[in-house]
Amino acid sequence: MSENPAEVPAPLPVKFRVENLRAGFGDNEVLHGIDMVVPDRGVTAIIGPSGCGKSTLIRCLNRMHELVPSAFVSGSVHLEDTDIYAGAVDPVLLRRRVGMVFQKPNPFPSMSIRENVLAGLKLTGSLDKSTADEIMERALNHAALWDEVKDRLDDRGTGLSGGQQQRLCIARSLAVSPDVLLMDEPCSALDPIATARIEDLIHQLKEHYTIVIVTHNMQQAARASDKTAFLLMGELVEMTETKTLFTSPSDRRTEDYITGKFG
Amino acid sequence: MKVEIVGTAKPRSERLIEKALAACGFLSIAVTLGILFTLASETIGFFKEVSFGQFFGDTQWTPLFSSKHFGIWPLVSGTLLTAGIAILVALPLGLLAAVYLSEFASARSRSFLKPALEVLAGVPTIVYGFFALIVVTPILQSLFPGVQGFNALSAGMVMGIMIIPMISSLTEDALRAVPDALREASYGLGASKPATILKVVLPAASSGIIASVLLAVSRAIGETMIVAIAAGQQATLTVDPQGPVQTMTAFIVQVSMGDTPAGSLEYRTIFAVASALFVMTFAINAVSQRIARKYRGYSA
Amino acid sequence: MNNPQETRRVWPEKLFYGLCLSAVIIPLGILVLLLGKVGMDGVARIDWGFITHYPSRLPARAGILPAMVGSIYLIGLTALIAVPVGIGAAIYLQEYGKNSRWADMIELNIANLAGVPSIIYGLLGLGFFVRTLGMGRSLLAGACTLALLILPVIIMSAREALRTVPDRTREAAYGLGATQWQVVRQVVLPVAMPGMMTGSILAISRAIGETAPLIVVGALTYLTFLPNSPFSAFSALPIQIYNWVSRPQEAFVTNAASGIIVLLVIMLVMNSLAILLRNRLERRLK
Repeated sequence: MSENPAEVPAPLPVKFRVENLRAGFGDNEVLHGIDMVVPDRGVTAIIGPSGCGKSTLIRCLNRMHELVPSAFVSGSVHLEDTDIYAGAVDPVLLRRRVGMVFQKPNPFPSMSIRENVLAGLKLTGSLDKSTADEIMERALNHAALWDEVKDRLDDRGTGLSGGQQQRLCIARSLAVSPDVLLMDEPCSALDPIATARIEDLIHQLKEHYTIVIVTHNMQQAARASDKTAFLLMGELVEMTETKTLFTSPSDRRTEDYITGKFG
Repeated sequence: MKVEIVGTAKPRSERLIEKALAACGFLSIAVTLGILFTLASETIGFFKEVSFGQFFGDTQWTPLFSSKHFGIWPLVSGTLLTAGIAILVALPLGLLAAVYLSEFASARSRSFLKPALEVLAGVPTIVYGFFALIVVTPILQSLFPGVQGFNALSAGMVMGIMIIPMISSLTEDALRAVPDALREASYGLGASKPATILKVVLPAASSGIIASVLLAVSRAIGETMIVAIAAGQQATLTVDPQGPVQTMTAFIVQVSMGDTPAGSLEYRTIFAVASALFVMTFAINAVSQRIARKYRGYSA
Repeated sequence: MNNPQETRRVWPEKLFYGLCLSAVIIPLGILVLLLGKVGMDGVARIDWGFITHYPSRLPARAGILPAMVGSIYLIGLTALIAVPVGIGAAIYLQEYGKNSRWADMIELNIANLAGVPSIIYGLLGLGFFVRTLGMGRSLLAGACTLALLILPVIIMSAREALRTVPDRTREAAYGLGATQWQVVRQVVLPVAMPGMMTGSILAISRAIGETAPLIVVGALTYLTFLPNSPFSAFSALPIQIYNWVSRPQEAFVTNAASGIIVLLVIMLVMNSLAILLRNRLERRLK
């Protein structure tokens, strides 16, 4: 069988290459050597039962895992060409390229909506007064929140509904122009309508951003993602196109999980 | 726009700030070392002129008279006598007040009664001293003719009032931490409320209670103004609360108010007495903390 | 229907309840008695002359001016020294010290320092500030001594305030790529500041009533001038009160009561200020 170079499809650009990632807290190792590739752009979902290490994995991608005093991590994670765990890399700078949205919406309580959106720039000292309003409007538009808050930008960020607060947090993350957006169960604290709006938003964002979303809701993963990774007890069992994983998974354990035999 | 992730985002000014903050933290260690060094150096000087035998063996304390005795016991007895009276007053009142707040009071009444009791701890001790001398002593004198103008009883009782919140607040916390399941088990067996409180709840909270009492004792031992004003300045080895005594703290005040040249033996005596005071309060506090830690481990 | 067994049970319970209630009422009653007595004795004596005169051998002519001014200068200096250092230490322990064994040791140390009798701080002040550093029996020495005395309290209350800031607020800031100090200064401190200010003001208000350390450091009881520099000799309200209470003449006792009223009023004003400030700032955060 000859391989004509012209026929082999060019490999999709890769955003993250995770190699032999081990991580945990104290004496407890949570991830046992993960090898994973996250493609550029599009939505990658990470699913698995509680305690399988999904949150730990995603927090290793922006080095937030190590903020916990007892945390340890080994292995490598390449963001394009650079190993983010290399000594010369500053995690603070990393986090300006890899943003995160958390499970419980956490707008800053001492700030207005406007200040919240611009917080990322102000915190890091890169706020330019002349472009601030423009950046804020663009971020709020990208987060599908502009129309709802444009008349009350100086109100408290904490005065919004849960779904609105989460979109505010997304706008806040987008305002610093990251290329990756990590989302750790972003809808689990929201009602179904707010959840649907966020899923629509993810669909719009995936054109320009690489999105990695951790979810315990399999239907959400099936609806919203392009590729899905199934994590079980700290091991990556299977990762493939979402449609394939949910209709004809290759591993018995994946099949058991998605058919509800455990989880 | 790619943001480079290699390098450092922390400006040098931030590193300086972190060092300054750490320095603030380490200052407290400097304070402790300062206290230890100050006390120790003058005390060592003291013991070059006064032997351990004199300090711990003599039963008279007259360092300022021409015939000098340096036995610490009169001062210690004055301290313990007043502190003992204080605890006799504060323990029952503090304990029962805590029981009321924890077991009987509604959340609403607790919300103003507890801070009200805390006010007792916030009154400056000089005000208590005034009260002891001007109000309590005359009342005691009318009840017990043997009570003198300066006496340990008055000072001790008022000190007791002052330390009630220490016992009541910490005990109340300890009582609230006792799981309701224990109370229900007792009621389920047909026990009355007072019996349940006395035989089940209080014993379960005993470590917390003991820790709070020890802290109160330490506070009473270290108290200065109430005894300086109302208990007198007569260093005698006695258990009679009707007459004047001199506590360790009151002696330090007495010398400090006079003209004592630095470096003299008289000057050094106050440091020697302070060292003894420090050792006593530190030991009691350490035991109290150990007990409190054990109790927290139990209720966790 | 009350059967005999029930009646036999009810009385001890009522008695016990009454005992416990009295244990709360009695101390509060004594407090009221104390304040009432001080008020009755002292209120009549307070007039403009009392506030503006210097101490005197004649009780009717004696006033608290140098003592009051001394106290105000004293707590001003004390606050200037103790509050920044205390808050700095609290930030270090709460935000930077999580990983460090040093921080644990410092924390234990502060708990110990909080239990050291105040007169021992006075001796530290005497040995170190007055003599070793050569400040003499000055306002500065007194302020440094008081600052060390209230430092543990400020640190502990500031830490409590920092602890109330939820971790997810910090997480959000880290997630945006902020450095640790940026997180602390721009996100954590604004939320914790009301609590820290309240705690500091309450600590300072306690410092006003401290007498023993000032006696040891050498505050004067008979001052005929007002302190005009941090290095000048000084007096303070509690010192003056102590001096008057120690005199046998009845009239001086009245002066002492009046001095106490002034002291308590100042403390009350400060405490109310602390509570007002906290409420105002908390409302701004809602």
